[in-house]
Amino acid sequence: MLKYLFAKNEDIPPGTTAIFFGFSSIIWFVIGTGIGSFNAAKLAFPDFVTGYEYFAFGKMRQVHVLAVILGWISMAFAMAMTYITPALGNTRLWSEKLGVWNVLIWNVGLSLALTLLWMGISSGREYSDIIWPIDLAIIFGVLFPLGANVWMTIVTRRTQGIYTTNWFFGTGIFMVIIVFLVGNSPEFFNLTGLSEAYMTWWFAHNVLGLWITPVAAAIAYYTVPKVTGNPLYSHRIGHLHFWSVVIFYSTPAAHHLMSAPLPEWLKSFASVEGVLILVPAIAFVSNLLLTMTGKWHMFVENVEIKFTITGVLLAIPLNMQGGFQQTRAINWYIHGTGWIVAHAHLALLGFSTFLEGAAVYYGIQTLLRRKLYSLTLANFHFWFLLIGFCTYWISMTIAGLIQGAGKIYEVPYIDVVIAEHPYMIARWVGGTMVFTGNVVWLYNMWMTARVGTEIPVGRLPHELAYER
Amino acid sequence: MAFREYKIGARMFGAALGGSMMITLYFPTSDIVLVGSTEWGLQKALSYGRIGGFSYEDPLMRGEGKPVTVTLDKDPATNQPIDPIHAYVYPPGVPFPSAINHPRTAGKVVAELSTTKGRINEADHQKGAVFVVAHAEAGGEVTAYIENASVTRNWNPQQVLDAAGDENSAYVGSGKIMFVREGCWWCHTLLPEQTQDWQVFGVPPRLGDFNSESPTAFGSDRKAPDLLHVGSRNSSKEWMMMHFFNPRLVQPHSIMPRFDYLWGKNDANGKPIDFDQWRAEYTKYAAGERVYPPEVPDYAPKSDIRYLMDFVLSLK
Repeated sequence: MLKYLFAKNEDIPPGTTAIFFGFSSIIWFVIGTGIGSFNAAKLAFPDFVTGYEYFAFGKMRQVHVLAVILGWISMAFAMAMTYITPALGNTRLWSEKLGVWNVLIWNVGLSLALTLLWMGISSGREYSDIIWPIDLAIIFGVLFPLGANVWMTIVTRRTQGIYTTNWFFGTGIFMVIIVFLVGNSPEFFNLTGLSEAYMTWWFAHNVLGLWITPVAAAIAYYTVPKVTGNPLYSHRIGHLHFWSVVIFYSTPAAHHLMSAPLPEWLKSFASVEGVLILVPAIAFVSNLLLTMTGKWHMFVENVEIKFTITGVLLAIPLNMQGGFQQTRAINWYIHGTGWIVAHAHLALLGFSTFLEGAAVYYGIQTLLRRKLYSLTLANFHFWFLLIGFCTYWISMTIAGLIQGAGKIYEVPYIDVVIAEHPYMIARWVGGTMVFTGNVVWLYNMWMTARVGTEIPVGRLPHELAYER
Repeated sequence: MAFREYKIGARMFGAALGGSMMITLYFPTSDIVLVGSTEWGLQKALSYGRIGGFSYEDPLMRGEGKPVTVTLDKDPATNQPIDPIHAYVYPPGVPFPSAINHPRTAGKVVAELSTTKGRINEADHQKGAVFVVAHAEAGGEVTAYIENASVTRNWNPQQVLDAAGDENSAYVGSGKIMFVREGCWWCHTLLPEQTQDWQVFGVPPRLGDFNSESPTAFGSDRKAPDLLHVGSRNSSKEWMMMHFFNPRLVQPHSIMPRFDYLWGKNDANGKPIDFDQWRAEYTKYAAGERVYPPEVPDYAPKSDIRYLMDFVLSLK
């Protein structure tokens, strides 16, 4: 990597940035899920590794969350953006050199940010825990350079129109910059009180709604047509998806604080908008599933489609939960319980991770022109992710329902803790399966890069999957 | 961009996102800033200081640059007995909370009373100041406001600290830093829910209870009891001490981590704490080989655990 930092832009091979982003994202995924598994063990067995300040649950919880969001998911997005945007524009990435620097600064900056968080140096605001000087560094040193590369690649494209995926990429990176700038304003300007509380959740909601959800969906808009060879079912439904994300997903932030003393009009408004999240969700899922027409055998045979369509299918329970659990009728029961933790993992580990996983699998093979080292290990990875995730999701949902019941029947809290214990163990088992799967994935991708069979010019990696 | 559609699309996008931000940011915050601070809101603001997370004055989050909350039963200037009162002591250099620097964040009426009657605009953080919460009638209602006792009662910070003594001083602001740094709020919420928490965790907070507080650290993922009114439910220092040192001493089924490291190296008498021995003895006790658990050491007067306990016990 070092030799490319000071090379001339045209001397850097196309795809370098994306490959570095891809491997970085897998490594962060291993780190993030490893910490997650460790944290889960502590919730099941509180005296597991005890007495060390830096292995306390309260110091490591946020490191897990931000390592997977800003390390795994966002870097996998950057990987997807830096190879899909040029591919769809029939051009090269605007600046590979900027891209290589972007990878370096991102990795160094994130390591620093997470080290500080691990020491407890935090703003005390969930999801925007990172302190404001580093927030500024993320905005101007990480997100903006990535945005510049994506926007300029779209501007300098050699095709006429702009495909759906690139609408989402271009606006997603723009919106996440706005969200970081505005959402951290309580720290920049010391805004206080309910404004601070509300802005914290405005950030948390929108970083998911205007960054993770649309960009993950954009990846599926690329992988499914590309790998199956079917054209996208409907460009118009794509339009509906895009515009309803911008309008309906950016407005319900207050539904995270339904039981807090916010103005009532705001809660009611947010709740109605929250149900309308189903509009982009249904548009997205139906568009992708209809694109699969005639190619459903690939859901079984092809690893990228297996990942992508699993992610798309998980978007159905995700949005059904998300749309309705925030209404007053349901929220009073499950707010603040493990149900929400299960839902958050359904969004990030279920829906989103499977889509990015496909992008990283596909991208690394295409860019390195090397066939996957082992399809068996890829299937192992898939099933460990899926079974591990489902174990986690189901156990946390049950734990959440127990907590909800304990809450309304005013059971002494310690009895809720006792009742949740078996589900905490199941959660740890599930999380550890995900971590194990990821270690195998890292090995598989590393071996793909080292010894994978070369793909002949003119062939696509998935065409050769079953050839020796 | 070539196509006319893209120009229209970009404008539509700007209008959509701008409209969304207008509704979700401008309207709510301009509604929230009109809220007047309650008495409890003022007490919290004055006892927590400027910021409860990372800040200039405390970049490593050790609880520095924070006010001290003291309880007085004598006027430190005149030595006359007075009704017990909380005073918030800002030694020289400790930055003021938003409610002092920008009085309007406490609400219009409170801001006016605090400026005219409380004379908070005469406070200077370089010289230090002492504040109390006072009451006055405004518009037919009794309203709490901030009084700058350095001016109105001639109290100076050091004098007040000396008069109160260590046993009547609480490092609530530094404790809030510990609460955020140690991640207590990942499990313990500070937000009894409006729908059903009344009986167990107490009354949910009201609109004006947070003015000038940052971060509010509500917490979202409750794995442990809500703490907003914990000081009213349990104010035993001994129980808290044992619970922080090793929660399993008082609650065998607790999944809370041990916070014994917050005691630091030395105990109240300056003697080094032998954590390894303590843990070994506790393991024997937990295995049933000892009848009694080992004694929890007394904490030093200025230790992280002191700060944290002062904060937790201040949550009434």
